[in-house]
Amino acid sequence: MSSTELMVPAEVFATYEPVIGLEVHVQLGTNTKIYCGCPTGFGAPPNTNVCPVCLGMPGALPVLNRSVVEYAVKAGLALNCTVRNESIFARKNYFYPDLPKGYQISQYDRPVAEHGFIDIFVNETHKRIGVTRAHLEDDAGKSIHDGYRDSDLYTYVDLNRTGTPLIEIVSEPDIRNSDEAYAYLTELKQLMQFIGVSECDMEKGQLRCDANVSVRKRGAEKFGTKAEVKNVNSFRFVKLALDYEIQRQIALIESGGKVVQETRLYSPDTGETYSMRSKEAAHDYRYFPEPDLLPLRISDKWLGEIRSTMPELPPAKRARFVEQYGIREYDAQVLTLTREMSEYFEKAAEVSGDARTAANWVMGDLAGALKAEGKEITESPVTAEKLGELVALIKKGEISGKLAKEIFPKMWSTGDGAAAIMDREGLRQISDTSALDAIVDEVLAKNPAQVEQYKGGKTTVIGFLVGQVMKASRGQANPQMVNELLKKKLD
Amino acid sequence: MKITEEQVRYVADLANLRLTPDEVSRMARDMESILGHIDKLNELDTTGVPAMAQVLFDAEETATLRADAEKATLPNETALQNAPQPGGGFFKVPKVIER
Repeated sequence: MSSTELMVPAEVFATYEPVIGLEVHVQLGTNTKIYCGCPTGFGAPPNTNVCPVCLGMPGALPVLNRSVVEYAVKAGLALNCTVRNESIFARKNYFYPDLPKGYQISQYDRPVAEHGFIDIFVNETHKRIGVTRAHLEDDAGKSIHDGYRDSDLYTYVDLNRTGTPLIEIVSEPDIRNSDEAYAYLTELKQLMQFIGVSECDMEKGQLRCDANVSVRKRGAEKFGTKAEVKNVNSFRFVKLALDYEIQRQIALIESGGKVVQETRLYSPDTGETYSMRSKEAAHDYRYFPEPDLLPLRISDKWLGEIRSTMPELPPAKRARFVEQYGIREYDAQVLTLTREMSEYFEKAAEVSGDARTAANWVMGDLAGALKAEGKEITESPVTAEKLGELVALIKKGEISGKLAKEIFPKMWSTGDGAAAIMDREGLRQISDTSALDAIVDEVLAKNPAQVEQYKGGKTTVIGFLVGQVMKASRGQANPQMVNELLKKKLD
Repeated sequence: MKITEEQVRYVADLANLRLTPDEVSRMARDMESILGHIDKLNELDTTGVPAMAQVLFDAEETATLRADAEKATLPNETALQNAPQPGGGFFKVPKVIER
């Protein structure tokens, strides 16, 4: 039995209400670190992207990266936050080997952005999840606990990541189940990708999620005691970890126990969360204003300049696609999953003059081919213009949809346009009446029985005859013209 | 402001410091006199003066920011020069229990 299956009966479960808040750390994709000029690249040899500042050498002073500020402002705007004209940095003090300064330079009571929201769409319902704040801070280094010969004695520390810019996005406790959490994370990731502040690759640790979970009896006003589930490394695992943790807490309370405020980790192997058994007393980070950095001032003028660089965001884009192209909301969702996909679709739609068919091709044959070869849409050998041209040929009646489906794989493998392939392979659709005449006559001569049936009133047999003509023309006959020609000759 | 020995031990613990009983009582006295001095400042009426974290200066808002441009990094050997126990390019530290 999977551990996420019901531990408590459904009727008991239904008397409880889970309360979830998420803290998401997003690495900002600037060239250099937040407080020093070291590169932020992933995968460099250990302890090579370091300098006195990020190594925490005494006397080294931080200098804030201007691009980090601009990225943070963009993130704040995308999250519908108010961006503060003045925010300040604060020291968060704690000891850990991958934190060489002995403190993190974060923000405390005056974060760069606050009071925002993310709208989600779950089970056909729209819901607004509050964003409490988004603040800037530096990432810690990496501790490697396992995998070395002497790993039972030592932890290996790599400080390349130390000082990588992070924005921590804290939600209000508005989330009520794991599906909403999943939708919130998906939307958040999409927003950050659209505005280009992060690739949000979870495998590279560019997006990390902690979840605060508690349960309370339905109708109760007071929140229950929460547990924090930390460092879950995929959205699917977040969902599974939440499902497990909610069940665990309800089962605990039902059996007369009490939820303890603690940090828990999720094990993908067992599907369970487990206590970190921290021996430390309640954390006391002794926040105080960072003396080495001046308050961050963002004037309305600078804010306006940054705002003017904001692209159209997914929610607005989806609404526009439905309105402008007459496609379904679900299709609009799919076509706006990434900025690249939405740009590809719009280009193809424009060239084709038939947005709905273009949408079907992007989500169908193109998406299938991309998936089969593990390619991104930006790597597609068939460009948006070329796909648009193919769809335009269908629209103009120069080729059938069936023929287009044969041409597409050839475009994919050669990168050539549809017209070039048709010329090369003699695949032009036959719309010339005299050429079709001969084929139709031949088919009628070969199928006297069907002709008799038709004349006897069984007119549905015409489908069979059309098929025969298509076959005889190697799929190149214009089906509509064939239909008309047959009728003319038989009636 | 009265500083108790318990408060001294708490702060020492947070700072990973081990103090002898003598040091604890001496620290309590020292901290009390330092805070007493700070208390003196509280006698000033600061009503209407905004809280100030740093001394601000009059300049362009971006004057203290730097461009997002790479600077030279330290070679690995230099970075690890002060490490009590380097190995394989890493800092090696006694096993961390909390993960």
